Amino acid sequence: MEEANVKSEIRNSSSEIVFDNVSKFYGEILGVNRVSLQIAPGITSLVGPNGAGKSTLMNLMTGLLRPSRGTIKVLGIPTDQPEPLFRKLGYCTQFDSFPRGVTGKEFIKSFLLVHGFDRKKADELTLTALERVSLVDAANRKVAAYSKGMRQRIRLAQAIAHQPAVLILDEPLNGLDPMVRAETIALFRKLAAEGLHLIISSHILHEVDMMSDRVILLNNGYVVAEGKVHGVRDEMEDRALQILIRCDKPARLAARVFDKDHVVEARLHDDKLGLFVRTRDADGFYLLLNQVVAEGEINIESVAPVDDDLSAVYQYLIGSEGNSA
Amino acid sequence: MSSSTVDITPSKNIGKAPLPWSLWFRQIRAIFRLETEKNFLGRRSILLYLLALLPIIPLVLLAPFTPPGREWHDFTQYNMIFAVFYGGFILRTVVFFGCAWIFMNLFRGDIVDRSLHFYFLSPVRRQVLVIGKYFSGLVTAIILFTATTVICMLLIYLPHFPSESSRFFFDGPGMGQLLTYASVTILACIGYGAFFLVVGLFVRNPIVPAIVLYVWEWLNFLMPPLLKKISVIHYLNSLVPVPVSEGPFAVVAEPTPAWIAVPSLIIVTALVLILASYRIRHMEIRYGNE
Repeated sequence: MEEANVKSEIRNSSSEIVFDNVSKFYGEILGVNRVSLQIAPGITSLVGPNGAGKSTLMNLMTGLLRPSRGTIKVLGIPTDQPEPLFRKLGYCTQFDSFPRGVTGKEFIKSFLLVHGFDRKKADELTLTALERVSLVDAANRKVAAYSKGMRQRIRLAQAIAHQPAVLILDEPLNGLDPMVRAETIALFRKLAAEGLHLIISSHILHEVDMMSDRVILLNNGYVVAEGKVHGVRDEMEDRALQILIRCDKPARLAARVFDKDHVVEARLHDDKLGLFVRTRDADGFYLLLNQVVAEGEINIESVAPVDDDLSAVYQYLIGSEGNSA
Repeated sequence: MSSSTVDITPSKNIGKAPLPWSLWFRQIRAIFRLETEKNFLGRRSILLYLLALLPIIPLVLLAPFTPPGREWHDFTQYNMIFAVFYGGFILRTVVFFGCAWIFMNLFRGDIVDRSLHFYFLSPVRRQVLVIGKYFSGLVTAIILFTATTVICMLLIYLPHFPSESSRFFFDGPGMGQLLTYASVTILACIGYGAFFLVVGLFVRNPIVPAIVLYVWEWLNFLMPPLLKKISVIHYLNSLVPVPVSEGPFAVVAEPTPAWIAVPSLIIVTALVLILASYRIRHMEIRYGNE
């Protein structure tokens, strides 16, 4: 039984990204502190304000930085072994810089040759990567003449060109117009569906919310919370959950629910066709609503939690506006 | 999307896998190609071309005239004229600062351009990266500065005494001297190249150590024999075909024989490259702090 557990642990650690009590200090300044994480395949987002430690965590994961303490393994490979590591890992950094004078195609192909691919294979992989980011038409133009969005996409293409199993993306949606943004998110979803690890940092919380399987919330170098967005919200049991009830008689509903101990706030919606209720006992509140529906006095159209999204979670945990992160 | 693999030399031994030489060779070739293109065609190459042309331009201007001075009218003095011009200007200034510019920028230039991380994010052993970059710098320096050396020698001899010069090169010791000067230039590129590569890795502003070494090399003639040996110029001076007097204040030391000078330079270069590899293996990318 014990042997089975050990085997299972080994199997898991070789398919996950594992941070074991990792700290990084820049002299006296804290980068990240005592981070222990296990990141499974799928899309994981790193969220936090500037200086929270998102890029530090990504740079540690890719060996661009070395931990001051602790160990990191990506699919079982220590991050100080570039040869095996970067066959499995692609990293699209937030540095908006390129080797001078290269075209988009040359940029991708030249680093595939550095990987050790032969020219034919490098050409093949370059074309595939360019197709994935819809930059085939601009492939022979100099990168210096690209728009910001195109530069972002060509860096993404370079990161995925060697077909890695783990893709790390630092602010990958920056500078993209809405159309390309939607296409890029769709591409991320497709890659995740193919079994890739995607680690994404972003400031745009509703997009993180839309595309992430799980989030890691960082603040001041510490992991504040991690898990599924809704799961993280559930962990905050002491926090009241806000629910919007759309109904024809919100004032009457307010009078009905307000005498319950777990209801801490009831507020009419501006259009007078809904009621915001803040409760400490979501299950108890839903039971009450069932009773109200059964009584038939108030016609309830819809019930939805309104602060179960990432922005609200972020605001609760970090104490600042998520959108300003 | 599955993780793709690169063809690595298949293992024939059971137990310990052989080193993937063919993969390393391909990677060195790819790095070499990228870097050489940058060295010759990049924005930074303009200064390099100007430097390589610097000794050629005055000689081209002087070619139609015989300069004043007794020595310019005596063909037997020409080997000394070139020896002084080569040692004082080409070797100590053009090759020195050319190598400083090329080799310090191999890594420092990428850090300034914020593009070094592309190499660090490739499955390349950092030692392989050092070798690929060093060879690209070496080939660039050798092509430019041996060309400068050869052109300068021909420009000193041929315009003023064409028939004597052609006999000197084709029937006399001229060709041998030309090849020796070219070889000394190559050795200078090897030695200075390795030094400046390391300086570019350790020092944020490499101009200061470059000037310190420049002064050290120029003051070499005043140093006691033991200190003389801690310089590149001492070994190079031992190899030039026409020795030049270093003046009345010079401390005379036995020139190091070629069979010691050449291997010594190469061994020191190898040690310096090992130091560079160690440094690059432990290097972090933090452009903000550079």
